[in-house]
Amino acid sequence: MLEAADLRCERGGRVLFERLSFRLGAGEFLRVSGANGSGKTSLLRVLCGLLTPSRGSVRWKGEPVAALREEYARQLVYLGHAPAVKGDLTAEENLSIACTLAGVAASRDAVKSALARFALPDDVPVRRLSQGQRRRAALARLALSGGVPLWLLDEPFAALDAEGIERLGALLSGHAEKGGAIVFTTHQDPGFAATRTLELA
Amino acid sequence: MKWFWYASPQTFYPLAGRIARWSALGAAVLAVCGLYIGFFVAPTDAQQGEAYRIIFIHVPAAWMSMFIYVVMAVWSALCLALNTRLSGMMAAALAPTGALFTFIALWTGSLWGKPTWGTYWVWDARLTSELILLFLYLGFIALRASIDDPRRADRAAAVLAVVGVVNVPIIYYSVQWWNTLHQGASVSLTRAPSMAATMLTGMLVMALAFWLYAIAVSMVRVRCIIRERGE
Amino acid sequence: MLAAARCVVYRDLLLALRRRGDVAVALLFFVIVASLFPLGIGAEPNLLRSIAPGVIWVAALLSSMLSLGRLFAADYDDGTLEQMLLGAAPLGVVAAAKAFAHWLVAGLPLVAIAPLIALQYDLGAGLWGILALSLLVGTPVLSLLGAVGAALTLGLRGGGVLLSLLVLPLYVPVLIMGAGAVEMAAAGLGGGGQLLVLGAMLVLAAAFAPWAIAAALRISLE
Repeated sequence: MLEAADLRCERGGRVLFERLSFRLGAGEFLRVSGANGSGKTSLLRVLCGLLTPSRGSVRWKGEPVAALREEYARQLVYLGHAPAVKGDLTAEENLSIACTLAGVAASRDAVKSALARFALPDDVPVRRLSQGQRRRAALARLALSGGVPLWLLDEPFAALDAEGIERLGALLSGHAEKGGAIVFTTHQDPGFAATRTLELA
Repeated sequence: MKWFWYASPQTFYPLAGRIARWSALGAAVLAVCGLYIGFFVAPTDAQQGEAYRIIFIHVPAAWMSMFIYVVMAVWSALCLALNTRLSGMMAAALAPTGALFTFIALWTGSLWGKPTWGTYWVWDARLTSELILLFLYLGFIALRASIDDPRRADRAAAVLAVVGVVNVPIIYYSVQWWNTLHQGASVSLTRAPSMAATMLTGMLVMALAFWLYAIAVSMVRVRCIIRERGE
Repeated sequence: MLAAARCVVYRDLLLALRRRGDVAVALLFFVIVASLFPLGIGAEPNLLRSIAPGVIWVAALLSSMLSLGRLFAADYDDGTLEQMLLGAAPLGVVAAAKAFAHWLVAGLPLVAIAPLIALQYDLGAGLWGILALSLLVGTPVLSLLGAVGAALTLGLRGGGVLLSLLVLPLYVPVLIMGAGAVEMAAAGLGGGGQLLVLGAMLVLAAAFAPWAIAAALRISLE
């Protein structure tokens, strides 16, 4: 489904990676690991089309993503470093707005049950929640994105407790079983097996 | 194609050097001729006396200030559309020269204003548009200066230049409406020139000299930028 | 697509509602700036009456610019802007919605309180209508052009000052036409022509600015 060909990325005059190629099929997990500053986040941003690689291309089902734009955006979920959660809004408002922007239909009940799955209160401004809970509020979107084939997750396990890691792991495996593809970065052991790994030097 | 061959900074670098040398030479020769015509050949004006002679610098500088902005915007549009590295560099190289000509036009305009209008500054439509144009140039330069990543700087400044060039005629006409009490354009292609032929020649020669100067300086500057970025 | 635009406007209004103080500060700024001029110039009624349109317009312009810095910065910091770039709707539509929300929060209230300032300057009651109308048509242009500048200066050091340097020269035609409409009406010539020009500027800005904002956002987020 997702294909990276001969990617090269430069940031601030430094080459982060080059000649990077891989293919990712349905039901596959790709774990990207590497030291801080090795370009994990940049790779994810290249894959979702936020960053243009200085060489090479990313293709989705054979088409370059630069040409697909919104059409490609509708088929992926990207959860970046920053949680993309507004402190002044409640978790419920955050989640339903995020879904509308992403073009994912989500009823009120679906939103509430997704939040319940991550044990989040739905009527408190996110500003008052803890760091880990804020992370969960961002991740709750995944529970509603089952129909979106490609998940690109930047450090999804960071700031989560053991129970949160377990829930997220279950969600990811479930998505892969249903034929989704997942790329995630981490520098810690996620506690479950990825089908593929990519080590950035 | 030859155009694309020169679109790469490495191949353009030596060409820019040659262009810079010849344009600088041409600019020097033409400036001497133009100033000679302006100060010694052209007749004294019946109403303004000798003070009018500043138009030989003022008018060509004002022409150049607007023209360079348009050229800069064209390079910027190319930078956005084709994403070529050289176009962004060219726009960057032109900006300080454009700002310089705008400043010269303002300065000489106010020096000219003292004997003609009795004050250094009047809110004349053309002076005011020049002032706003100077702000546009300074905005372009300041935006570039505050972005560290050269690629982002090129493209962000390019968006600003394109937005600016769409606005320049709107600004020009609204300022003109705002102040309809300005002198009519002294040189117009559609109207018979109201000035002596030698005056027009002097001004055109000076304009050509400024052209070549702008080309020479921007070529030197673009070479500096190429070297700075290690291309 | 419309759902996304509506959602962005709704979200920005909701956020503004939760942070009412910020909105109030921009309005207060408008009132204070406009009230400073008589203190600096003197309270001669004829003079005040003649400078009123210009002063009110300059104050409106500055007040609308004051809140531009926040237009994208908060979304940029918390990652929401990335999500908007990866949204289902074209970025231009989202950008237009953001500019529209900015106008609703920072432009429309100015239209409502401008007659109050006009009162301070003893501007004839017959001119309130055209003053409000000129602001109604002109301030959306300010929001659209300002959003381009805000998108370009995203995440830069000294962003706020730089933003004003980029945006203020572009505001000149709106200022001239907006204040001009009121002045013409005050001179008994009717400001209809200037209002039409303002309207044309609004159409132009609404057609092109969203794409410039989108391009600027893409560049700033790379």
